Amino acid sequence: MSKNVLAYIVSLSLLSGAIVLGVTIGTVSISPVVLWNPASDEAAANILWNIRMPRVVLAGLVGAALAIAGAAFQGLLKNPLADPYTLGVSSGASVGAVMTLFFGISIPFLGSFTLPVMSMIGALLTMILVMGFARLVDRSMKMETVILTGIIFSSFLGSVISLMIALTGEELRQIIGWLLGSVSMRGWPYVQMALPFILVGSFVLWLNRRELNAMLFGEERAQHLGVDVKKRKWSILIGGSVLTGAAVAVSGTIGFVGLVVPHMTRLVWGSDHRHLLPLSFINGAALLIVCDLVARTIISPTELPIGVITAFIGAPVFAFIFFRQRKGGTANA
Amino acid sequence: MLEIRNLSGGYGEKKIIEDVSFEVERGTVLGILGPNGSGKSTLMKLMSGVLPFENGIVSIDGKKITDFPPKELARKMAVLPQLHVHAFSHTVRETVSLGRYPHQSGWFSSWSEEDERAVVEAMELMDISHYEKTQIDQLSGGEQQRVFVAQALAQNASILLLDEPTNHLDINHQKELLDTIKKQAIEKDLTIVSIFHDINLASMYCDKLLLLDKGKVFRIGEPHEVVKEHYVETVYKTRVSNHPHPELPKPQITLLPNVKRNISMTQIRAEEFSVSAEMVLFKSSIPLKTVSSAIVNPGAGWFRNFMNRHVDAAYNIDNSLEEMKAFIEKNGLKSTDTVGMMTAVQTRHAIVKEYEGPFGTIVIAVTAGVGNGVDVSKAVERAMHVGTINTWIMVNGSLSDEAFIQAMITATEAKTKALQQEQVLDPLTGTIATGTSTDSCLVASTQQGEYLPYAGPVTEIGKLIGLGVFECTVEGIKLYREAKKA
Repeated sequence: MSKNVLAYIVSLSLLSGAIVLGVTIGTVSISPVVLWNPASDEAAANILWNIRMPRVVLAGLVGAALAIAGAAFQGLLKNPLADPYTLGVSSGASVGAVMTLFFGISIPFLGSFTLPVMSMIGALLTMILVMGFARLVDRSMKMETVILTGIIFSSFLGSVISLMIALTGEELRQIIGWLLGSVSMRGWPYVQMALPFILVGSFVLWLNRRELNAMLFGEERAQHLGVDVKKRKWSILIGGSVLTGAAVAVSGTIGFVGLVVPHMTRLVWGSDHRHLLPLSFINGAALLIVCDLVARTIISPTELPIGVITAFIGAPVFAFIFFRQRKGGTANA
Repeated sequence: MLEIRNLSGGYGEKKIIEDVSFEVERGTVLGILGPNGSGKSTLMKLMSGVLPFENGIVSIDGKKITDFPPKELARKMAVLPQLHVHAFSHTVRETVSLGRYPHQSGWFSSWSEEDERAVVEAMELMDISHYEKTQIDQLSGGEQQRVFVAQALAQNASILLLDEPTNHLDINHQKELLDTIKKQAIEKDLTIVSIFHDINLASMYCDKLLLLDKGKVFRIGEPHEVVKEHYVETVYKTRVSNHPHPELPKPQITLLPNVKRNISMTQIRAEEFSVSAEMVLFKSSIPLKTVSSAIVNPGAGWFRNFMNRHVDAAYNIDNSLEEMKAFIEKNGLKSTDTVGMMTAVQTRHAIVKEYEGPFGTIVIAVTAGVGNGVDVSKAVERAMHVGTINTWIMVNGSLSDEAFIQAMITATEAKTKALQQEQVLDPLTGTIATGTSTDSCLVASTQQGEYLPYAGPVTEIGKLIGLGVFECTVEGIKLYREAKKA
């Protein structure tokens, strides 16, 4: 069996396991039998399909989106420290969300969906601003320019968020809770809202899998190999930004998934983007489902923000990768 | 055919390349030479289309490169840039496979047999097949370089642009790589443009050379038109010297360091020659520039020790070189630093004399025996004998290449004159001999003191050589004859 087939079998098994665990474990323990035989326990089936399943699916989608975007950005920016938040899109999404909470904005007809919609608008505006500014500075859009522009915008938007936090009273808990990220109590509508963006964004990145391989050797080299660098760069940046914006809008800024999952996947299965992208997608989903499971069960009945758990697990993993990389040669990442 | 017309361009406002025009025929290799910062890499970037140019045309078979879609251009033209570090690593096979990118199209395009064949062939050509599964960041710089050359070859393009392809390679792999590239150029009718740092390598492998200076074409032409001391010195601003390649009609250059040889002025003196029954030996404190027809270390070179050894007339000359080297080592000298001659003449009869001229002094050392004099104008096939007139001319001065040759001519003429004076006959023909069958000559010089560009018979040094060699040879012949009589 080839290594790649093995990679997909292992990753899909992990994901399936995570989903089954995610929907069966909780304050009420549910037998996995309910999954294919809802009639056996109507009440349990109700909890499983209306509360836990949307939560697990949303966690999976967010994890998948962040991981595949992270993998693409790390490849495109040729920077192991890049993640979906590097470009500042997430800060834009956060500003949109925090503003909604801070000013108590509620757009008619949208109601409780005001926040994710505002968040997506924030992400979209930031993406346009970052790209536009980078293009203004350097017409050829060198990746260094894009990274720097992203950092400038992130810092600025970060200070806007800090300002709102500083001035806020009542909503502090709500804002911090949102910023740390959560997929709880969202339900199917959130899944429906994020799904199209995540599918389109992931597909766009997957179309660029071979180009990402070429761009690992630098934009110039990629151009020598026949890659239409400008076009591909734009489509990867936009694809990744759409994914990031959608993920942040529905769940807040969940850290480390987008940074660590691509690294772990690369370390185990190699850095060929033809497989790295889909494998990161699957593994990102699995990891976030597990993190969410831990977040809501570890000190049950209190739920921890999922961002706390990902960072809690992510930071040591990242430290390990960093250590191995510096310690010489054997790590592939 | 690759054609470049009036190409100008650079980064931003700064024009680096100005009005460069040339063309490269199919099946030929053009080498680009030039000092650091002369614009070689920029020219390459303009030609490959990664850097937009301000003016001019780059065209492939008459079609402008700006009119090609990226993938089609990559199928026509493969580029090997200078090596860069990268954050994430691919395996060797993955890296070489990327060379097939321009041949794949569509969303789900699969790996064809042709793709596979091109990749395998490229890896074999570059001798990297056994690294196939290794991560490239675990390879040495030279191995990585070969991987990237293989990647460019896998592109199967008819034009190859190479930016210092021999970077990081040891001399064996430099040669192997350039041999392969040159072979590919001929077999597959490729057009190759390559930047070189090493002028000598470029001269050996390129059909044409382009010497770039400050972004402009300084010279373009065949190696013998471009690799000239004067041009190289002007462009690179360093002292060099031309010399021919020992096996190929390709000019080479050698650097002339500005570091002075850190030694005091040395004089060769006649009394420093040790003359014994076994040999004439001179040991110099500094290496002397030497041209000779000796047995050990003949030709040109720099040597410290000079030995003229007496051997028996019955000496077996079959492996004289090895035997002579062993003899030199046995005498505590290094055979790599010693010029060794042999003679059947009694070396204790050697004549060593010092002559003084306005430029300095020369020392002449001659061992002469005329047992088998030959009239060269009537020479027929004769058996080899051990040399009988060995002439050394040691000069305290600095000789040009011409002077070395002229010194030899002058010495030979003087020797012939001495034989005539002494009425030495060729025993076979009965006419006056011009030399013996295996005479040797050696000219050595300290290369210090006055520069002596010529050494013909009308120059001061030529006069001394003529007089000295004549006198010493006459005296040598007389001693030889007296010894024979006795």
